[in-house]
Amino acid sequence: MRKDMKEKQKKVILRDWGLVSITLIIMITLLSVFPEKQEVVITTSWKFFIEMIWILPAVMVLMGLFAVWVSKETIVKYLGKTSGIRGIFLAIFLGALPTGPLYVAFPIAAGLIKKGARISNILIFLSAWACIKIPQEMVELQFLGAKFMALRLVLTIVFVIIMGVFIEQVIEWSDKKTVKNAEL
Amino acid sequence: MNSTTIFINIFTMSCLIFAFIKDRAKTKRSLILAVKSFFRIIPTVLIIIILIGLLLGFVPSSEISKIVGEQSGVGGVILVALFGAILHIPALISFPLAASLLKSGASIVAVAAFITTLTMIGTVTLPLEIKELGKKIALLRNGISFIIAIIIAFIMGAIL
Repeated sequence: MRKDMKEKQKKVILRDWGLVSITLIIMITLLSVFPEKQEVVITTSWKFFIEMIWILPAVMVLMGLFAVWVSKETIVKYLGKTSGIRGIFLAIFLGALPTGPLYVAFPIAAGLIKKGARISNILIFLSAWACIKIPQEMVELQFLGAKFMALRLVLTIVFVIIMGVFIEQVIEWSDKKTVKNAEL
Repeated sequence: MNSTTIFINIFTMSCLIFAFIKDRAKTKRSLILAVKSFFRIIPTVLIIIILIGLLLGFVPSSEISKIVGEQSGVGGVILVALFGAILHIPALISFPLAASLLKSGASIVAVAAFITTLTMIGTVTLPLEIKELGKKIALLRNGISFIIAIIIAFIMGAIL
């Protein structure tokens, strides 16, 4: 099983670096055909590379720290028993912690719903997990500026809450309907 | 280096020092994880950075703004949002891409729609989401997220 995983990882690494080589070859070919473009392309790429390399290690360290420190159990413990406004904000906060990719969150969310957590809170948690990650916001701040990042963050929070409550209503309404139909 | 870069690095450093004082073993595990994910993401970062260079060098701003600029209208925004929903690239890397598009004539509405659908909607992870949460919740969440992303994008365009 472990060996399988390692093999798979190796394949992914090989594929990724293969893609890098292909992109590099495309760039070199294009630049040798159009030498007048060399300066623009290389300075642009280099500028973005420098900007990225100054923040990427920090972002990765932050994600590593949170992934180890905030366990799934912690999230389940806090999210399972909350309600009201506090529950909503806790769901956003826990979702925003950089603790892993989205597919990790699905089983957590499913388990919580089965245990009877509010659907709206779980949906808010899932959406926050998907789009309001703390390190992600930092990179957005770096590249798109404070105004853009802050406005998008506020709007996302507002609309995610509205969506969570709305979907909960729809699910409850359709569940009621199926129960009624079953009774008939 | 700008102030954001300095802030991010100082913030991370303080977290790291605090973590190290609290629990050395855990901190070591976090750092190993960080190094691993760093090397996993580097190829994608390089690809996107090369593509950004080529995009800004070869595609004239007038072309970019025709497709995703101010005059592209609602159709252009929906198209970009669809792209964001389907593409499966790490959100971290989408920000430099978004910044380069903005610089070369894309509208704020289009860029905001792209980032928002990219992060909120997962077409690749949708089968797993359906399996874990059921068709109803998964489809409603992704569908409504798409509409929300467009609304957020237009509000941002109106304000900024």
